[in-house]
Amino acid sequence: MNIRKTTLRAIIGAGLMALSVNAFASEGAELKHKHFSFEGLFGTYDKAAGQRGFQVFKEVCSGCHSMTLVPIRALGEEGGPFYDEKHPNPIDNPVIKAIAKDFTITDGPNSDGDMFERPGKPSDYFPAPFANEQAARASNGGALPPDFSLLVRAREHGPQYIYSLLTSFEDEAPEGVELRDGMNYNPVFAGGQIGMPPPLFEGSVEYSDGTPATVEQMASDVVTFMAWAADPKMEVRKRTGWMVMIYLFIFALLMYGSYKAVWRDVEH
Amino acid sequence: MSSSASTSAQEPTRRDFIYIMTGAVGAVGAGLYAWPLIDQMNPAADTKALSTIEVDMAGVEEGQQIIVKWQGKPVFIRHRTKKEIDEARAVDAASLRDPQTDDQRLVPDMNGNLQPQYLVMIGICTHLGCVPIGDGAGDYDGWFCPCHGSQYDSSGRIRKGPAPKNLPLPPYKYLSNTLIKIG
Amino acid sequence: MSGYSSYEPKSGFEKWLDSRLPIVRLGYDTFIFPTPRNLNYWWTFGGILAVMLMSQIITGVILAMHYVPHVDMAYDSIQHINRDVNFGWLLQPMHAVGASMMFLAVYIHMFRGIYYGSYKAPREVLWIVGMAIYLLMMATGFMGYVLPWGQMSFWGATVITNLFSAIPFVGDAITSWLWGGFAVGDPTLNRFFSLHFLLPFLILGLVILHVWALHVPGNNNPTGISVKDVEKDTLSFHPYYTVKDAFAIVVFLMVFAAFVFFMPDALGHPDNFIRANPLVTPAEIVPEWYYLPFYAMLRAIPDKLGGVITMFGAIALLFVLPWLDTSKVRSMRYRPLAKLFFLIFVLACIGLGWCGANSPMAMVFVTGTDAATGEPTGFSFLWLARILTLYYYAFFLLILPILGLVEKPKPRPQSIEQSVLGKGEA
Repeated sequence: MNIRKTTLRAIIGAGLMALSVNAFASEGAELKHKHFSFEGLFGTYDKAAGQRGFQVFKEVCSGCHSMTLVPIRALGEEGGPFYDEKHPNPIDNPVIKAIAKDFTITDGPNSDGDMFERPGKPSDYFPAPFANEQAARASNGGALPPDFSLLVRAREHGPQYIYSLLTSFEDEAPEGVELRDGMNYNPVFAGGQIGMPPPLFEGSVEYSDGTPATVEQMASDVVTFMAWAADPKMEVRKRTGWMVMIYLFIFALLMYGSYKAVWRDVEH
Repeated sequence: MSSSASTSAQEPTRRDFIYIMTGAVGAVGAGLYAWPLIDQMNPAADTKALSTIEVDMAGVEEGQQIIVKWQGKPVFIRHRTKKEIDEARAVDAASLRDPQTDDQRLVPDMNGNLQPQYLVMIGICTHLGCVPIGDGAGDYDGWFCPCHGSQYDSSGRIRKGPAPKNLPLPPYKYLSNTLIKIG
Repeated sequence: MSGYSSYEPKSGFEKWLDSRLPIVRLGYDTFIFPTPRNLNYWWTFGGILAVMLMSQIITGVILAMHYVPHVDMAYDSIQHINRDVNFGWLLQPMHAVGASMMFLAVYIHMFRGIYYGSYKAPREVLWIVGMAIYLLMMATGFMGYVLPWGQMSFWGATVITNLFSAIPFVGDAITSWLWGGFAVGDPTLNRFFSLHFLLPFLILGLVILHVWALHVPGNNNPTGISVKDVEKDTLSFHPYYTVKDAFAIVVFLMVFAAFVFFMPDALGHPDNFIRANPLVTPAEIVPEWYYLPFYAMLRAIPDKLGGVITMFGAIALLFVLPWLDTSKVRSMRYRPLAKLFFLIFVLACIGLGWCGANSPMAMVFVTGTDAATGEPTGFSFLWLARILTLYYYAFFLLILPILGLVEKPKPRPQSIEQSVLGKGEA
C-alpha cells in the first residue's frame, strides 16, 4: 500500500474490463487529498481562485515556466477566470486588454528587417521566459521547467499531484538521502530530488482581494488556474454533457416504448 | 394496459403516438447533432480574435500610403495631399458610375469632424479582385488596377475601366485623432 | 443482396428504376429480411458498430480539416482544435473516445460470435471478413493514436514499428521503409495520416461485404439451430430488429457520451499530453487498452522474434477458428464444458489486458522479500502473462478441437420456434 500506488484507470462498459496501471510516480509519497472546485460531474472553476492563480502564475511561475498554447484572450473567454458577460468577445474586454499590455511581445520583422518589441495584445500567446529548450535548461541547472499549457492533464491525478508537490518541499533531506548539487528535496517528486527550488513562500504575492497568501492558498489557486489552462472548455463540456445525457435518457425510454409496441404481439 | 376487446380499435393510435414521439425526438436529436458538424467550419476563435486591428496613422507622412492586412485583405491608408483632396472634392458626384461625394468616403472622428487627409479603403479592385497600384497612379491621381486597367481617383472612386464600384471602405472608427480601429 | 428478394416494385417509376438500377430493391432486401425471432441483446452490437463506424468517419473527416500532419505542428493543431475550433472540444474527444467504444463493441461482438458458434458453416466467410475488419481496425487505431504526436504517440509508434525489425534478413529494411527514414519522424507521421484516412473506407467496404455475407445464410441465433420454417422461426428485420437495435444503440450512446463529456481523458494516457520528444522515453510505454492483451503476449516471450510471432499468431488463429472447432453443435448454450472453457477464455483475455497494463517485473502478489537484494518476491505479471498466453493458444489449438469430439452436448430444441415457446411456458 505504501510504496505501490495502483490506480483503477478505466472501467469499460458493464464491468467487462477493469485494468490497472501503475501510477508511474510510484516511488513518490502519498498525494494529499485536496478537493478542487472543478472536480466531479458538476464541478466548475472557482473564478476568484483562478484570478488569484493567474496572479501567482504571472508573478512567480512565469519567470521559468512557459504556457505557449494559451492565448491571453482565453482568460476572458467563456469559462475563463476573467470572463465578463458584458464583453463576450474577450478582445473588447478592458481587463484583458490591460493584462495583455503588461506583457512584452517580440514581433516583426519590421520594414527594416529587424525584430522589435511591443506591448501585448489579447490575441497574442503568453510569451515564453526562454527562447528555446536549451536556454531554459542552461538557466535552470540542466532541468527543463515544463510548459504549463497541459501540465495538469499530463500527470496522473494532476491537480492533487501538483498541489502536493508545491506544498511538500522540505528544507533538509532525511537521513540517508544524498542530495545532488542544485537539487531540492521533495518526497512527492519521483526520486525525491527536484531541480525546482521551493517556488512559494508565505506572502510571495499580495492578493488584491485580501486573501492571506499562505503557501497552501497559493498552491491551490495556481492549480485551479493551471487546470483551467489545460482544459478551458470543461465547463461548457459538462453543461452540454448533462443536456445530452438527459436527451438520450428520454430518447432511450421512448425507443424502449416503441420496441415494446412493435414486439407486443410476438412471442420471443 | 387493458386487454378487453373494445380497446383494440384504439390501440393502434396509442402505438402510433409513441412511434411519432420517438421519431420526432430522434429527428430533433439528429438536427442538434448536425450543428457542431456545420459550425466547426466557421471561423475559429483565434481567427476571430484577429478580426479587428488598431492602426496608428500618425506615422504616415503626407503623400504616403501604407498597406495593412486586415482579415486577410489589404487595407490602403493614404495620407492625402491638399491637391488630392481638392481634386476629389471638385468632382460632380452625380456624374460618376458609382456616385459618392468625397465626404461620403470618410468617417467622422470622435468629435464628429471629418479628417479628409486620411483615406482608408480596402485595396481590392471591384472588378475581379486584384490589388490596384497606388501613389497617384492612373489618369486621376489615384489608383490603377494592372489586371484590366480600372482607374480610381484620389478618393478611390471608379472613373474608367471595367470595375463597377468604388473601392470599398472597411468598417472603422477613430479612437483618437490618428488611432483607428478597423473591424 | 442475395438470391432471396421479396421486393415488388409498385409504382411505374419504381418498376422503371428497378429494371435499370435496383437500388431500392437493395435497400429493401437489406432490411426486409427474415431474421430469427429469438435474437438477444448480444446481437445488437453489429448495429452499434455500424453507427460507431459512421460516427468515426464523420468526426475523422472533420478533424482532418483542422489537423496538420507535421511534427512541428501536429501537437499544437490538436490543441487548436480543442481550444479554438467551434465545437472542437466536442469533436476531438468524440473521435478519440469513439475509437475505444468501437473496440469495446467489436470485442463483445466477437465474443458473442465465439460463444454462439457464429463462425461455423455456412458462415466461415462472414467470420473471416469480420476478422479482416478487426485487423484493419487495429491498424487504423494504431496509426490514429500516433497523429496527436504526444510522447505515447511517438514511443508507441517506435515500439510497434520496431516489431517488424524482428523479421530475419529483411527486418531492418522493412522498418526503415515503414519510417521513411532512420527513426519515426515527419515522413512516418505523414504516411500514417494518409493511411489513417484511407483505411476506414476500406473497413466500410469490408463491412458491406460482411453484411452481404450475412444475408446469404442469414443470422445465427442463440440456439445455433438453423431456420427450418421461415414463417414460424423468423421475423422481418424491419421493424422488429431495427427498433431493438435502435434502442440498444441509444443505450450504448449513453455510455459513449458519459466518457466524452465527463471523463474524456480516462481511456488515454497522461503522457500523451506531453509533446513527443525523440530523446526522452517515458517511464513506461503502454498502448491503448484495446491492444493490451496482445502487448502482454509480446512481452511474455523472452525472444524478440518469438514474441512477435506469438502476438501475430494470436490474431491469425482467429482467422482459422472455423476449422479448429470440431463440434457439430453451434451454440455453447448446449455445451456445458465448452461454456466453462469459454468463460475462462474471456477471463484470460481480460487477464492478459491486465498484464499488458503492468510492468512484467511487477508482482501480482508478493510472498516475501529477497534476502540478498531486498526486492519483493512473488508471482510476477510476466508469469501470469505466460500462463494466460498458453491458455489462449490451448483454447484454440487443443480445447476446441478435442472438446468437439469428446463432449456430450445437452439436448437441443427441435426448432427456433419451439425454443421460444418453451421459454414462454416455463
